[in-house]
Amino acid sequence: MDVILYLLAASLVLGGGGLAVFLWSLRSGQYDDMEGAARRILFDDAPKR
Amino acid sequence: MTALVAMLDQVPAARVATACAHCGGPMADGGADQRFCCTGCAAAFATIQGMGLGDYYAKLTRDPAARRLRPEDGPRPDLTRAIRTDDDGKHTLVLAVDGLQCGACVWLIESMLSAVPGLARGRVNMTTRRLTLVWEGAAERAGEIVGRVEALGYRLVPFHPAALRAARDSAERQLLRALGVAAFGAGNVMLMSLGIWFGLAETMGPATRGLMHWVSALIAMPCIAYAGIPFFKSAWAALRHGRTNMDVPISVGVILVTVMSLAETIQGGAHAYFDSAAALLFFLLVGRVLDARARGVARETAEQLLALRDNQVSVRAADGTLRRQAADSVALGTEVLVGMGERIGVDGVVIQGDGQVDTSLVSGESLPRAASSGTQVFAGTMNLGAPLVVRTSATGDSTLLAECGRLIAAAEARRGRFVVLADRVARAYAPVVHVLALVTFISWYGFADAELNESLLTAAAVLIITCPCALALAVPAVQVIATGQLFRAGVLLKSATALERLAQVDTVVFDKTGTLTDPVPHLEGATDPAARHLAAELAANSRHPLCRALVAAVGEVVARQGVVEHAGQGLSLATDDGEVRLGSRAFCGVGTAAGDGPELWLARPGHDHVRFGFAEAARPATPEVLAALRGMGLRLHLLSGDRAAVVGRLAGTLGIDAWRGAATPAAKVAALEALAAEGRHVLMVGDGLNDAPSLAAAHVSATPAHAADISQSTADVVFPDKDLSPVVVLLRMARRARAVTRENIGFAIGYNALFVPLAMAGYVTPWLAAAAMSSSSLVVMANSLRVRKAGGGWT
Repeated sequence: MDVILYLLAASLVLGGGGLAVFLWSLRSGQYDDMEGAARRILFDDAPKR
Repeated sequence: MTALVAMLDQVPAARVATACAHCGGPMADGGADQRFCCTGCAAAFATIQGMGLGDYYAKLTRDPAARRLRPEDGPRPDLTRAIRTDDDGKHTLVLAVDGLQCGACVWLIESMLSAVPGLARGRVNMTTRRLTLVWEGAAERAGEIVGRVEALGYRLVPFHPAALRAARDSAERQLLRALGVAAFGAGNVMLMSLGIWFGLAETMGPATRGLMHWVSALIAMPCIAYAGIPFFKSAWAALRHGRTNMDVPISVGVILVTVMSLAETIQGGAHAYFDSAAALLFFLLVGRVLDARARGVARETAEQLLALRDNQVSVRAADGTLRRQAADSVALGTEVLVGMGERIGVDGVVIQGDGQVDTSLVSGESLPRAASSGTQVFAGTMNLGAPLVVRTSATGDSTLLAECGRLIAAAEARRGRFVVLADRVARAYAPVVHVLALVTFISWYGFADAELNESLLTAAAVLIITCPCALALAVPAVQVIATGQLFRAGVLLKSATALERLAQVDTVVFDKTGTLTDPVPHLEGATDPAARHLAAELAANSRHPLCRALVAAVGEVVARQGVVEHAGQGLSLATDDGEVRLGSRAFCGVGTAAGDGPELWLARPGHDHVRFGFAEAARPATPEVLAALRGMGLRLHLLSGDRAAVVGRLAGTLGIDAWRGAATPAAKVAALEALAAEGRHVLMVGDGLNDAPSLAAAHVSATPAHAADISQSTADVVFPDKDLSPVVVLLRMARRARAVTRENIGFAIGYNALFVPLAMAGYVTPWLAAAAMSSSSLVVMANSLRVRKAGGGWT
């Protein structure tokens, strides 16, 4: 049953990684403008400078 | 206007130039070779094409409700006060953007700004309609950068840093962070718990189970400690003031369950409830986050409306030069020039000029007052006549605004704290639940001779089952959906308790001017259509309210070229036959006797003079709205500061029996308090400065979007200007929300009635608790969605 230890560790690492990504995305303001984000993806990239 | 814009969109710009290729507005003079209504639009079009952003016009979907994209010349608001500079030399400026039509505008502005050298960040927030600029180097570059966006036709108004609610942002982020942590905790602990539940039926040894419990505890406890902070804080604040709210039973439940589970884990017991505690917080936080977001957006939109107001005034310096300055930063004694058709931005005394002032927004009076040297004028009134020079007077206690501010403060102090339904339920609920848990413990330990441990566990199970998950979601879930539905209709709910207070309303008190009647005058009486059309063509060149009313009455008019505006007198146009004039009596040579109400005269060579009289008129659909309100069993009142005769006439036309005219702000408050003393719950609808105290005094209040600043910030609800129908939608939605909320609470209590006996009898295991709690929360959320059906039309 040692495998359970590895699995527990793996699930925690994955879950913790997800949490870290969420906190990062929150910190970088990605939830500030949901409406704009939804429309932005429809536009082409800005022309090259 | 909507139909017009839709029609214009279908016409290819290349074929017939009936609409400006840039702003979509009507053409000035329908020439076949012209494609633009003005040089500003032509320049904007050229700029956009020149940057290779011509795709914009293909992507654009014009929003009929938004401002037209026509570049306007004119002084720009003072930017320097709004710029925030970091220690590392970066400047930040946040501006409200007026004229955003759709996502294409976001793309256009950001693409254009990406080519500006030295600009670190130029991003438009579509939700809040704000543009954030961050740049390095000289702070003075702000003007140049803002100018580039303005040249495209948008209007930008800076937000003062103090006005930006950083605190609100951090509160919402704190909730979101807590939600993320709770989701992590609940998800991972649930994984462990599933293993334990299935293992129990099979052959999981106590050692493995203990390990799973310990890992659960290690994940769950920090998560619960962090994600529970918003609830613990609120509960603690309530308890410290000797009150109780919904967060008290939540906090007590969560903490007790966690402590019990920890004790069970230490002793190697079979049952731990970490998953229930974490899942409970997760569900509750979903409700909180949605609630905070819905209200945050509504509040920001309301702030945006206020910021876009032109609150700049023209200050005249000693040497006669003019300078634009924010009205609130004008020093006492400063001379302010108020042009024709401009709103007076300060309280003061007229020292030069002779004209008429529209005081409807301040006193509710519909007819303009004469203003000449020595007349006291108030901020918020509009100059209809010749330019006035106003010396800013003491903004201290003597002003009308200060008087209204005192009345508002007094009214708000008298209005008792409204206890929301959820807290009323919690008041009754918390003691019952905690007594039940205690009774369970005593029964098991004292009478059934059970082990201390087992008795405590059973009592904890009662607390878990009764933990008010469904109950705590019953109210916010409905609020979120109702607030969102209203927001889509343009109605902004600013107060968290507004919806509940609206549902209790049994009396509606209306203000007259600007609420029941249109804030702008209407053309009255029949005139020769040809004369009227000619007059409107001249009037289209002016911003004077009467000219605008004339144009509105005629419909779509193409402005004549070559019209000269004579400030304070009228308009003239040189034609082949002679000069055509539109303006005051004296200007058109009719005589100097005072007319009956606001009027315009038209003088043409070879024709008689034509008079256009203006009067106030009920706003569109007002009788239908009032009929709908009566149909809902509401009593209607009319309370106005205008002369009694005028108020009485309107009340008669609209069939309102209970009316009162010539009411001062204090008298209005007294009238509302008399109604409240009769036990009535009053919805006050008003827009004027003089209504602000009564808006504060009423049980709940609503104001149209054009209302005076102070009224808008006092009212609980802001609705779109068009007509009064949002009042009906609002009340319908509130009543429906209350009905669904009651269903939800009924369900939550019914669910408890079913499961509490099971828990007290000791039949509830962790998996049963988790299943029952999750399913009850989902049922409540699903039921709340039914509020949506109340949206849509109001008839």
